[in-house]
This record gives sequence, structure tokens and C-alpha cells, in this order.
Amino acid sequence: MEFSEHIKTANVEDVVLRRPFYQPTKGTLCVTGHHLIFSNRGGDSARPFLLLLRNIDAIEKRPSVSSGTITLKCKDLCVLQLDIPGMEECLNIASSIESLSSLETVSEMYPFFYRPPFLSLQDQWGLSSTEQHYAQMKEIHDGWRVSQVNRDYSVSPSYPPAVIVPHSIDDETLVKAARFRQGGRFPVLCYYHRETGTVIMRSSQPLSGANRKRCREDELLLQAVIDGSELGYIIDTRSSQQAQQARMTGGGFESKSCYRGWKRLHRQLEKGKVLQESLIKLVEACGDQSHSIAMLMMTVWFLCSISCYHVISVVMDGHSVLVHGSEGTDTSLLVSSLAQLILDPDSRTLAGFLGLLEREWVQAGHPFQQRCAHSAYSHVRLRHEAPVFVLLLDCVWQLARQFPLAMGFSEPLLLRLAKEVYASDYGTFLCNSDQERCVTGVKERTHCLFQSLLRANERQHYSNPLYERTELAIWPSIQPPSLQLWKGLFLQWTDDALHLVEAQKVIQNLVSQCHRPLNEKVENTDG
Amino acid sequence: MLFYSEHLLWATFQLLDRYTAKKPAIGTLYLTATHLIFVETSCNTRKETWIIHHHIATVEKLPLTGTGYPLNISCKNFHVVHFVIPSERYCQDVYHSLLRLSQPAKLEDLFAFLYNPKQDEDDRRNGWGFIDSAMDFKRMGLPNEFWELTDLNKNYELCSTYHSELGIPKTARKDTVLGSAKFRSRGRLPTLSYYHKESNGAICRCSQPLSGISARCLEDEEMLQAISRANPNSTFMYVVDTRPKLNAMANRAAGKGYENADNYSNIRFQFVGIENIHVMRNSLQKLLEVCAMKSPTMSDYLTGLENSGWLRHIKAVMDAGVFLAKAVADEKASVLVHCSDGWDRTAQVCSLASILLDNFYRTIKGLMVLIEKEWISMGHKFTQRCGHVDGDPKEVSPVFTQFLECVWNLMEQYPCGFEYNEKYLLEIHNHVYSCQFGNFIGNCQREREEMRLKEKTFSVWPFLWENRQQYINPLYKCSLGREVLRPSTLPLNFKFWCGMYNHFDKGMQPKQSILDHLLTIIQKRVEGEKKMTDFQRKLAVMDGVLADECTLKSRPPEQTLMPPVSVAHTSKNMQIKEETIIQLAPTAGSKQI
Repeated sequence: MEFSEHIKTANVEDVVLRRPFYQPTKGTLCVTGHHLIFSNRGGDSARPFLLLLRNIDAIEKRPSVSSGTITLKCKDLCVLQLDIPGMEECLNIASSIESLSSLETVSEMYPFFYRPPFLSLQDQWGLSSTEQHYAQMKEIHDGWRVSQVNRDYSVSPSYPPAVIVPHSIDDETLVKAARFRQGGRFPVLCYYHRETGTVIMRSSQPLSGANRKRCREDELLLQAVIDGSELGYIIDTRSSQQAQQARMTGGGFESKSCYRGWKRLHRQLEKGKVLQESLIKLVEACGDQSHSIAMLMMTVWFLCSISCYHVISVVMDGHSVLVHGSEGTDTSLLVSSLAQLILDPDSRTLAGFLGLLEREWVQAGHPFQQRCAHSAYSHVRLRHEAPVFVLLLDCVWQLARQFPLAMGFSEPLLLRLAKEVYASDYGTFLCNSDQERCVTGVKERTHCLFQSLLRANERQHYSNPLYERTELAIWPSIQPPSLQLWKGLFLQWTDDALHLVEAQKVIQNLVSQCHRPLNEKVENTDG
Repeated sequence: MLFYSEHLLWATFQLLDRYTAKKPAIGTLYLTATHLIFVETSCNTRKETWIIHHHIATVEKLPLTGTGYPLNISCKNFHVVHFVIPSERYCQDVYHSLLRLSQPAKLEDLFAFLYNPKQDEDDRRNGWGFIDSAMDFKRMGLPNEFWELTDLNKNYELCSTYHSELGIPKTARKDTVLGSAKFRSRGRLPTLSYYHKESNGAICRCSQPLSGISARCLEDEEMLQAISRANPNSTFMYVVDTRPKLNAMANRAAGKGYENADNYSNIRFQFVGIENIHVMRNSLQKLLEVCAMKSPTMSDYLTGLENSGWLRHIKAVMDAGVFLAKAVADEKASVLVHCSDGWDRTAQVCSLASILLDNFYRTIKGLMVLIEKEWISMGHKFTQRCGHVDGDPKEVSPVFTQFLECVWNLMEQYPCGFEYNEKYLLEIHNHVYSCQFGNFIGNCQREREEMRLKEKTFSVWPFLWENRQQYINPLYKCSLGREVLRPSTLPLNFKFWCGMYNHFDKGMQPKQSILDHLLTIIQKRVEGEKKMTDFQRKLAVMDGVLADECTLKSRPPEQTLMPPVSVAHTSKNMQIKEETIIQLAPTAGSKQI
């Protein structure tokens, strides 16, 4: 196997491992193609400690004459330390970890080798397809249809093969409209609100360019969404200045005169580099003993999350909405998925939420591989990195904190996703689009995380014991005091988080005790 | 007589939910002898807002607006309301009445002397015996071979602001005690606050020594020696001055100051730097200004919060409490704590350390005992600090509020560590200021006796105990036992207490409460179980297995999910609560209604 060339020293004895919540332990360290394995010689019953190399964000080594210390900073924000006897071994291990953790060939990644006994590659990959999703929504069948125009990914390389569009728009029009949108991402339906009949759509920016080109088909497509009397909002997640600037490079925005009935609003959401750096700053600040909570929350990260909700408040105005920024693969998805969580009780169940993530992020072409190559510790600064998905999870957590009964899923699920998106046994977050996933064989040769999370025993762990379905929209407060630091994520390796985990367990027990059949209890007391 | 002004007013009332732009509600304002009541007439459901006069901190007339004369009322429990009154004369009337009613000139005019919840005299008298701080010394194992209780202060001659029963080291002679008292500011001599059985370490409290530049007192030195010797596990004791060093040094010029470690054998002297009551009052003022901002931006809010310094002060108090607890539990050392007079910062720090060290104070009853012991009986000046009556505004300071906030911060860090929940702290806070009960009236025990509060007023503790069902923390795990809490005091762990300072801004609270939900399902479960057992008993009686109902009633309460509470109490509580409300109503200007 070709991994072996990266492994200079496969085994080292008498290594001391230091990690949060555990006493330092001595044992054997083993480097394999995808994992660091640490086994404690003395403790025969203890399972070996397994660390996915992909999880390692940064590595620091301090070799000395007879030994060396390696500090591993992981993408899940955990920091580990290995004391390795022998300088050469230390350097070898460090260089193996460095090269193995940064392998970029998708088909060599661990999900292609992960074969747990409880899953079969014969299973359907993913929870649902566009067609299945459409079939379930009877109420939209009159006005909307599934178009296979992208079946060979030629219209938009980052869209799934099937999308939902207005009934009156034929595929030919779609092809032309797609040429007018960056990356061919023409406006498609993501949510239909039953009560009002309004919709949320998303796309990428129009390519109007410096000479204000227009596209009849694109205009027709949007006109078909609202009949003349209604008003729709186009939410541009860039500032109007940014949108103006985009025209110079061929992008642009919908001009008022061409899109009758649509009103354009600019609501800037940070993305890309700014977002990545805000995460780095926040994680740094969390480790800084002198920061007060106010100083901590002054980091850009919180501005990002609160501005998401400010955008949502426009979406909720009872009008149809089209969201886009520039590429339509980041902030647009953030807005559309948060809006759905707030409005749609079906998306707040465990399966519903995972379904939402699959539709709005995986199928919709969020470039996970580019965005989540590195996390907060890495010194490598790649151009395309941005923790948009982590920001989504933070926003969802804030929402769940304000409505602790409304969500069918629990905080551990959000934490698990925050970890899996960076380093995973599953193929779900590999690649940048549906097309890439097909080409590299992800769907045939890896397992799907979402399906695994819905297995009976996992499902219980990730369900919210307090869940009580509500049909109402859940409106969060967006006042500054309502926003909090997500301790479960950013301080998850401190004792504080342990107490929170304990509290969750107690809640779980309490609720299950309360919901046990009554006669069972009586039998117990009598017996 | 108190019924001097009863107004009937029509007023536009803007329910000041600062964060939701609600339409103002129109209704009628009633001023009674004890409450301000606003009844909304605009909606179909009759909605009432009651504000007890003593809760009112400031009344402010604002410039005339298009709709009328605005009146801004801020309360000591951080409720802020904004009235617009159509007529100037009415506005003047309300303004002046509220000023007089909120802060009467005499203590005898406080609500507690009027409040009568239709209990009989025996209940009232027994109520005052419900919490006995002296019993707590027994619980700690006193008297024992090291410590004993003395009645040297029975006529408040030794120290007028202390309780009559004091814990002192067994080896301290009478003249040592007397001498030491003379050398301490206001006679507040070193006395036992908490004795930690496991380590023999003790927490003692006093006021600053009258050491000036160079004075010393042999008896005081002996007293500290005696305290130190009462702990065989340690060769030294800590003396903690909770003031910033500069303040303590400034006091030396006035003939007070701090212990010179050269004169006392085997002490380790330590400053912990908690600011004085004036700094705290100003800091709270700044915090409240932040809370009052209308739709602040994220950075305005955070900058305001940071600049108020409030959370830094809370951290300073917590740090000191943690220092004490660690000294006692980990180093097995005794600690003597003082500030200037030893009734503000010292009370905060000693009671916090007790909570960290002893699980008992993390229970509903334990917190009552602690407040009774460290605050009420040791002379925290509630009358002055809370501004119950018209007096020197410079004596007002949120010292007790800070203590509760520290406890809340602990509860946030240890969600399973406390038997009580946030509501309990808020309710105690309400009653400290409401003057509905006699407990928090007066500056010290002697004053309370002179006012004969136990004969004229009711105690709040039985009232809270009756309602304890709603103060239960369902996550409480008694299994934590006597584990010493070791909270993290990193600055980022001190959060803004939305539940206290924005309690009345419902828009800002989480929209659903885990606590309420758990309490409800537990309640349902308990009721379900009760029905089930009742039903089974009936069946059993019908089958002739069981004899009759009477024997059943004497059976111990059913095993429930929450150990300390039984079903029967809740329904009764609800009744009692309703009764008290009804009880209040007749005073509410019934003639006019």
C-alpha cells in the first residue's frame, strides 16, 4: 500500500499520551495509513485510543536529545500531547503524521476503507433524492415540477441532477437562465410554505457584468414564481457596494427595472477569509485565560451569527424570497436552511434536520472539501477555507437554546456534525459537489453518515429527550443578550463541558423515568 | 394611617418590553397603600400588573410627549415600567404619592407591619422558629473539643451589631475575647462562621483591627492564636483582608487598617481586592444603563457590559470565596476574613465559601440557614443597603444581589449541584426588597428585637418553604454529597444574568424553559402515580385485602422522583398562594373598584 512510504516509524513503545479528562498514560503508539493508535499496555480492558489522522489540524514538535514532544491540535479543537522517547522516532512520527494528515486524494481517504459490520454498501446512499422529496410535497405539484435538465451536470456542475422549478418554465428556458448565473446555478425551489403559499428559492449571482446585461429567461423564471400582484424579495447577502464591485468581474445583481415585482435588499453576511479568521480568533480567545465573556463575544464570529438572524427576519416577512450571494454555495445555504428550521416543524425532527442538511448542503453543492480542509489551529491558509457549516451549527444551537423543546435533535448531534465535517469515517462530507461524488465513487464505496445517525441506538443518543413538536414558527430573539457562547463546542475539552454533559444525562433519565408506564412503577414499589 | 392617597386614574401604559415594539396598553392605574396596580382594559383578558411600592427605586417625570405626561418607574428588582398619563395634575399626584409610598420615613410604615395573611398567631410565632441559625452550629458539630458557643454578647454589650450567640475557640479566655473586641472596629471581634468537620479548618469573620500605624493588642493576637490552635491540622492560619490593599492602607491613617504579620504568630496575610460598596453601586448603575439601551448593537452592548465592570466584581467575590474554600479543604488551614466593618464583603465571601464547602447550603433549607446566619444575624445592614426607608443614598449598595449572582454563576457551572433553581434566588431577591416580611428589615439583630419584628411581622422562610415545589431543581443529584465545589473562575465563565436584570423583558428570555417543562412532567407523573395507587387501593379495599382508608393516610408518602417533596403539598400550596393574593386585594383600593 502506498501509505507505507509515508510511515518511517510504525511503532514506538513507552510513549506518554496526555489528553483532556485523562491522566497521562504510557503505552505503545502506532501509525497506520489513516489513524494514530495508542494502546495502553497495562490496561488490558481499556480500548486503544484511536485518532483519525485527518482530524489533525496542526502539529508542533519539540525534539530534544533523547526524546521529544509532539503536540497535536485537532480539528475538533482537542489538543493532545505525545512524549516520545528517542529524537529520531519523534521526528519520524511527526513527519508521518504531517504527510498522512494532509493527503488530498479523495479516493485514498478513510471513508473508502471504513467497513463497519452494521452498514452495507448495498444500502441507498443518502436519505432522499430530489424526486422523492418532491413526491412527498403534494401541495406543490400544481405549480412546481422536477426538472432533470442537469442530469449530466452540464447545465450546472455544482447542482444535483434534479431540481424543483416552476411548472411553466421549460428546460430550454432553464438552460438559458443558467448561462446567466454564476456556475449555472439558476433559481431553484428550496422551501414552500404551506400556510401562505410563499417560497424560498436560492441561486447564484446573475452575470449582468459591467454593461448591465439582462436575460429574458432568467426574468421569466422569477416572474413565474410570483404572479404580478405579489411582491418578492431578492436577498443579496453582499453589501450593495460589494455587489456593485462584482459587476467589474462579470457578476452583478438583478436590476430593479428588469425584475418586476421583485425588491432587492442587501444584507451583508461575512464569508470566506473573514469567517475563517473569526473562528481562529474565537478559538484563540477561548484559550486565553484573561478574556471576559464580553471581550470574547466581541470577536467577529458573533457578529456573523447575529447577522444571520437579521437576514432571516426579512425572509420571514410573508413574501417569497430569492437568496443569493455570489457563488450561491455558502451564505445562501445558511439563510435558506435557517429559515426552514424556523418555519417548518418537519425540518426540526432528527430525520427532518438531517434531510435538510442533505438537501441544502450536500446535494446543493456546498464545497465541503474546500471549506473544511483545515480548522482553527492550522497555520496553512488555504484560499477557499471557511467554516460556514460550523457557523450554521452555531446558529442552530442558538435557536435550540431559545427553544429547548422545539428541536427533535440534541446538542450532541450538532457537536458530532461539527466534528464529522472535518474528519469522518463516512463519505457524506467528502468532495465539493454531487458530480464529484459520482465521479470518485463516494456513493458506491463509502457509507452515509446521515443513515448511520438514524440507526436505532444512535438515534436515541441524538434525539432531544424534551422534544415536543410545535407547528408554530419559532422566532428567536436577536437582541445581543440573547446570544451566547456555545460552550459545548468551543469549551468542550474543559471541565465545564463535563458538567453540561452530565446535566444532559440527568435530563434524559428524568424524562424516561417520567414517561415509563405507570403500572411498571407501581409494581416496583410493591415488589 | 396609610390609606392617604387612593387614586383612580386613566392612563396609557406602555408595557415596557424594551425589545419588542409592542403597542402601548391602555388601562387603569390604581395606587393602594401597598401596591401600584395597572389593569389593562384594552384586551379581552383582564391583565394586571402589580408592583409593590417598596420595589420602586426611582420615579422620574419625563418631558411632555404628544400622548401625555410620561412617568418612568424603575424597580429594585429591575422591573422598568413607563406610563403616559393624560393629565398633568394626575401625573404630579402619582409622582408625589409614589415617592412617599416607595420610601417611607419610618420603618414602622413598611408593608411588613401591615401584611396579614390570615394565619393564626401560633403559626406566625412558629414561623419565626422555622430557621434557627444557632442550630446550624450544632449541625457542624459544635460544641466540640475546639469550639464552643458563648453568650458573652447576650445583651449586645460586646458588639451591638452581632448576634447574641457567638462561636469562639474553646481556649480563648474571657478577657481575650473582650480585649479583642475592643481592638476591632465596632467591636466586631473574630467569631466562627463555618467549621469544616472533615479538615478541622474554620472560617472566622471580624472587622478590621484598630491598628493604625503601629498599635497592637495582645488580646487580639491571643485571639488569633486561639483560632489557629483550634485547628490541629495546620501550623498556620490565613488572615484575608477582602479589600484592595490601597484602601486598607488608607484606613491606617484613620487609626484602623490591617494586621501586621510581624505581631501575629504563624499567620499568612492576604489581600483579595474586592471593591467597596460605592464602587459596586456605581458599577450596577452602569450595568442597568446597558440594560436600558433600546435595541443596542452587539458591540454597544458588549462594550457597555465590559465597561460597567460588574462581572469583574462578581469574579472578585467568587475568587475570594474559592480562595477560602481551597484553604480550608485542600490546605486544611483556618481562615480569618475581614473587610472594613465586616458586614458586606466579609458576608459575601464567607457565605460563598460555605456553599462551596458544604452541600447543605446547596439545598433549599440550607440557603435559608446560610442567609439567616451570615447576613441577617451577623449584621448586614439590610435597611440601609436596600434603601428600605428614606435615608442616605450613599449607604445603598447591591451587596446581597452580588452574593445571589455568585450563587447563580455556580448553578450555571454545576447544573446538577443545587437543590434549588434560579427562581428561588429571584424570589429571595424580591423579598429582600419587598419588605412584605420582617426578615430583611433592620440593620442588625438588636434593632430587630427593638422593633419587635417577631411579634408584628411574618417570616418569609415558611412562606418560601410552602412553595418549595416551584424552586426545586429537577436535575439535583444529592449523590454529589459533601463534595467541595471547585468552580472555574476564568473571566469567560461569568455571564450576564439575564434572568435577573432582564427578568421582565420577556422577549429576551429563552422562549421555552427546560426547568418549567421538567417540573410539569414530573408533576404530572407524580399525580399519575397517586391516581394509580389510589385506584389500586380502592381495588384492594373492594377485594377485602385492605381494611380501610384511615390506615392508608398514615402511610409514608409515595416514593417519588423528587425526594424532598410530596404530592399533597403542591395543591395546598397553590391554594395558599391564591389566598395571599386575595388577601392583598382588599387593600387594593377596594372602595373604588
